Amino acid sequence: MTDLDTYRDRARSWLEERAAGLRPDPGLAEARAFMAELYDAGYSGITWPAEYGGQGLSAAEERAFQQASRDVVLPVGVFGIGLGMCGPTLLSIGTEEQKRRYVRPLLRGEEIWCQMFSEPGAGSDVASLQTRAVLDGDTWVINGQKVWTSVARQADFGLLIARTDAEVPKHQGITMFVVDMHDPGVTVRPLRDMTGESHFNEIFFDDVRVAPDQVVGEVNGGWSAAVTTLLHERVSIGMGAARTERPASFAALKTAAAARGLLADPAVRDRLIDLYLQERAFDLLNARMSQEVKAGIMPGARGSVSKLLLADLTLDSADAASEILGPDAVAFSDEGKIARALSWGPGMALGGGTNEIMKNIIGDRVLGLPREPQVDRAVPFKDLKVGTQAKEAGA
Amino acid sequence: MRLIPTDEQKDLATTVRSFLASNAPMAKVRETAESPTSYDRPLWERLSGELGLPGLLIPEEHGGSGAGHADLAAALEELGAALTPSPLLASIFATNALIASNDDEAAKDLLPGIAAGTTIATFSTPVPGDPTIHAAADKLTGTLPRVLNGADADLILCTAIASDDSPPSLYAIEGTAGTRTPLTTLDLTRPQARVELDNVPARRIGPEDASEAIARALALCSVALAAEQLGGLRRCLDVIVEYAKLRVQFGRFVGSFQGVKHKLADMHCTLEQAESIVRYAAWAADEDPAELPVAAALAQSYLGRAYFQVAKDHLLLHGGIGFTWEHDAHLYYKRAKTDELLLGAPRHHRARLAEHLGLLA
Repeated sequence: MTDLDTYRDRARSWLEERAAGLRPDPGLAEARAFMAELYDAGYSGITWPAEYGGQGLSAAEERAFQQASRDVVLPVGVFGIGLGMCGPTLLSIGTEEQKRRYVRPLLRGEEIWCQMFSEPGAGSDVASLQTRAVLDGDTWVINGQKVWTSVARQADFGLLIARTDAEVPKHQGITMFVVDMHDPGVTVRPLRDMTGESHFNEIFFDDVRVAPDQVVGEVNGGWSAAVTTLLHERVSIGMGAARTERPASFAALKTAAAARGLLADPAVRDRLIDLYLQERAFDLLNARMSQEVKAGIMPGARGSVSKLLLADLTLDSADAASEILGPDAVAFSDEGKIARALSWGPGMALGGGTNEIMKNIIGDRVLGLPREPQVDRAVPFKDLKVGTQAKEAGA
Repeated sequence: MRLIPTDEQKDLATTVRSFLASNAPMAKVRETAESPTSYDRPLWERLSGELGLPGLLIPEEHGGSGAGHADLAAALEELGAALTPSPLLASIFATNALIASNDDEAAKDLLPGIAAGTTIATFSTPVPGDPTIHAAADKLTGTLPRVLNGADADLILCTAIASDDSPPSLYAIEGTAGTRTPLTTLDLTRPQARVELDNVPARRIGPEDASEAIARALALCSVALAAEQLGGLRRCLDVIVEYAKLRVQFGRFVGSFQGVKHKLADMHCTLEQAESIVRYAAWAADEDPAELPVAAALAQSYLGRAYFQVAKDHLLLHGGIGFTWEHDAHLYYKRAKTDELLLGAPRHHRARLAEHLGLLA
């Protein structure tokens, strides 16, 4: 038995003891308590440097823990942005003081983090953001609006990117900050999305004052850090998909069709076969990519393939379900799973980058195709058209 | 379930790829395709002798190397990518039928010649709707409508029935028996022939009721074909991506236009999924007989359409040059269409899939 096997077994028995019966989505207090225990047991920040509170172990231990926890759903969703995006960003470009101050409480669930990049006028083109950070003495003063922010209501801190120089081209005048979400100038408003629920928030900044030591990376050098953060996001959206619930899976729809006596209809069988092919192709690709990761081949930009295919599958499977269930799919007295899936589908195709953006990434970074000529690369930000433009009079 | 190739499989693929690049480049492929001979005999002798490709699946005791279907898939991808005209796929089909039939005598008699490449073997894979072959006292009568490499084959395996309500058996026709009429084929690199049988002596292979063996053989043929299709699909995408990086119109590389780029991205997604499915099907062929029927039907249902779509788009994205005889795009387009139909139309594979998934219950 290797050390790794021992590590895996110990993790497995810890999880069996502690994680059994946990709800995947408990209240905040319970989630925080679990996170603290997970940290104290040595399973939070496994590969993160020990001097900042991590365990300082290798990717092999990380994988061993993932294998041990494969069948357990840990209630750590609220910490996901911090663990997956903010923490790694701080570790790679944060100052020594920032790492010492923020990383350990992040890993222990004492402080929750969110990420504030998108704006109403800067969606696919995040670098066109208009939130301003202006120096008043040596203090930055932030004004503007962010949108599509997960866990902003629970968050203690957030990574924010803002415009610090409008005289230079858009990518060159952006700076990343740590923002205290409890600042009186920060207003978080839940954004009601098309599912009728609020998975995201919009955030307003009114004269929020940020000390100079809260700049992450270089002043006007915030864009490259943001790009790395976003790549992490795409990989995790696509590849985590195997575990998400699928109300409109082939298996579920086959059962539903059989119960309604619809399998005699060749049109129904044909639709089911289409769905089966799409679902299996997606699942097998994800299985292959995780085997590659285990063998040391990193997906990189190929994560965008998964993300794009998952978006299609989510939308198409809900659509297939509606064909098979007919009007009952949209007029119901039960929990309305399919109607929910129909409402959720577009979110999957938009969040973390639209399908069109994914195809650009696949074309540019996976296939190495020439980029589109960029008309805004060399233009000072203040001279750019940004966001949705009003029609000009007489046009 | 293993979905990534082993180091040995990667080595085999590299060997076959560089062999074909040196010995069967496109100019050679065209020369063979446009000549009256259906394949290049010296090339075939080297594919058999030096590379041992027809013997890959054949046990060592019968002169082969006893490799698996995933190994074979690695080699077939390369032949599919290079469009190599050779009787290899036909031999693999015949080998699958012989091995699936579990007939030790027949294996001992017939497999060594196939492994050595000295016997050109083929298997007339039955497609729903094809005419029936009747067997009486080990003599066959009927028409095999399209047999891969049928004009040159020294050994034809086919299915036949004794009477309308009897189960199918597997038969071997040795030598040059039967009336062979070469067919005009869309894909010039892959010849087919009609074979008419009038009381032709044949040897029954395996049990009288060979339904199970035939089903397994067809599933294995589906997997082998899918591997070839994957290789062709990948080559089409590679070629058009390279062209999109070189061709300039409107002052820009055409690959920089989203109308082109997004199509190529979609084709890449298809490739990634097609490869995953082929690896899975080849794994099932080696390791999981219970999962093989679904995996094989999945592979053909997906790969047939996928390869044709990608080959079609690769031709179209070339623009006018893609419609010329001198450009290779049409060779892939025609191969993709032929492969899509070789073991039956996609609807046949989808019907089989529906059956295995319990949709017809």
